[in-house]
Amino acid sequence: MKFTGRMWIFPDKNINTDQIFPGKYTYDPLTPEQMAEHALEDYLPSFAKEVQKGDILITGQNFGSGSSREQAVTCLKAAGVAAIVGVSFARIFYRNAINNAFPLIPCPEAAQYIFEHADVLKDEKITVNLIDGTIAIKDKTFNFPPLTGEALNIFKAGGLLEYTKKKLAQKK
Amino acid sequence: MAQTLIQKIISKVTGIKDPEEGSIVFVEPHRILTHDNSAAIIGKFKSMGATKVWDPEKIFIALDHAVPPPDEKKAANHTKIRKFVNEQGIKYFYDCGVGICHQVLAQEGHVIPGVVIFGSDSHTTTHGALGAAGIPIGRTEAASIWAIGQTWLRIPESIKISLSGKMPANVFAKDVILTIIGQMRSDGASYKAVEFHGAATKDFSISERLTMCNMVAEMDGKAGMFQADEVTERYLKGRALDLYQKVLPDKDATYIKSEEFHLDEMVPVVAKPHNVDNVSPIAELPDTEVDVGLLGTCTNGRLDDLAAAARILKGKKIKRGVRLLVYPASQAVLLEGMKEGIIQTLVEAGGELAVPACGPCLGAYGGTLAPGETAISSANRNFKGRMGCKEDTRIFLGSPATVAASVLEGRITEPPKEVFK
Repeated sequence: MKFTGRMWIFPDKNINTDQIFPGKYTYDPLTPEQMAEHALEDYLPSFAKEVQKGDILITGQNFGSGSSREQAVTCLKAAGVAAIVGVSFARIFYRNAINNAFPLIPCPEAAQYIFEHADVLKDEKITVNLIDGTIAIKDKTFNFPPLTGEALNIFKAGGLLEYTKKKLAQKK
Repeated sequence: MAQTLIQKIISKVTGIKDPEEGSIVFVEPHRILTHDNSAAIIGKFKSMGATKVWDPEKIFIALDHAVPPPDEKKAANHTKIRKFVNEQGIKYFYDCGVGICHQVLAQEGHVIPGVVIFGSDSHTTTHGALGAAGIPIGRTEAASIWAIGQTWLRIPESIKISLSGKMPANVFAKDVILTIIGQMRSDGASYKAVEFHGAATKDFSISERLTMCNMVAEMDGKAGMFQADEVTERYLKGRALDLYQKVLPDKDATYIKSEEFHLDEMVPVVAKPHNVDNVSPIAELPDTEVDVGLLGTCTNGRLDDLAAAARILKGKKIKRGVRLLVYPASQAVLLEGMKEGIIQTLVEAGGELAVPACGPCLGAYGGTLAPGETAISSANRNFKGRMGCKEDTRIFLGSPATVAASVLEGRITEPPKEVFK
């Protein structure tokens, strides 16, 4: 589980789920691909058009705050985002990400370093290695604690949907 | 080991004697709450290969987020949910118009002290008002709980918030919790449980506690809780659907953080755009004209909230060109408000009365803002675009009394003290 990708650098605090996936779409039955068309619509309207498969977001404090809407995770994943490295993540967003096997990496050191050196780093690629818990950018390496316990089991199963499917199948 | 309230609750529901903070446990909820999002959850449930829900008496569904449905897609969601409810024999289903999920859950006696409530809605923290742990989750997780009856939790550390003194006449529970959030910040309780303590808590009605715990979601708390006391017992008498025993934290429990707030020192406040922790005393605001007031939501749509607004608006008309949307939190609140003449007063003052539901709080229908407009709202979020339009819109959050005073003047205004003496 190793990803190398371009970076989108969003240092703002409290980028919330309404900005990631506006409330007016939450009760429309959309496919993940349709959700992707609205990814970050109320934060950066051009994002959905410009994002490429494998891109990695670098985000600020409390990213994903607000509503429990899972589309905030689904739309980013479907848009091709491979992972998010952030200062910190809001709780439900973080849990939804685990349940969708979408890698969120709380690593304030890496995120702050990238924010501070955004001018020189913005066109560099970043590598996130989930197995050994490292983030590499240019000549710098950062460590983060890998997932453990039940969160890891769900992640490894490919998300909670697959995890529960297996559990139910075992029961039968 | 002395235990916090959330540890005590988890110990009681799992049978684990000494649940350690940071450890992972599996919990079966007393209720699992969902709303219009049930339509999407049904899809996930079926994709999991599930055919029967684990317990049709523990699943609670109330339709509220798009009520009455503004378009055929949202109407079709409701049809899908009704069909599923019938097929599965789900006992607690509340159709359009009964009210907002959190209000109905509490009001109909589903919440009792010492239980865990999971809800696929971020404001599930509300239910801590009754001494329960209300814990928000996402849609896939709700589907999984429907299928297998449990999910995992990391036992959180807890924050103790002590309240002392008395609120001044024109200060309300909403002002108190906004003041707390302003200090604690939007992620001040991330991954943590919040407990409200102190001599002043006994003066908080259940409605006020519901407001406070609802807003704990806005500092990212995993749960926000009052301890069950005589106020709780009075509310639950003749209402609780199940027998209960009060569960209380140990007196010598350890908290990761303790904060004290003196109610006497508090003033009417608003959360300014575009974040809930951007709190300011109304007295320090520049002149701020408003186009619309929203009175209602799971935060502040109960009888006492509407009554406070009615006291200000009695015999008066809201300012010409300004609108006031009135969304009672439930049918029961609406009926009681009619009986007491509160609804009459609000409508006579120029209020637009709507069906008990979420309304424009989430921006999907029922009074969305136009570009350039400013709202004063009794809801819980003021994120950019939250009320359906992001073009130069602004949302200020305040108490129902502040909403009423502001639509009367056409600008954000402190509730007059003399009205509440």
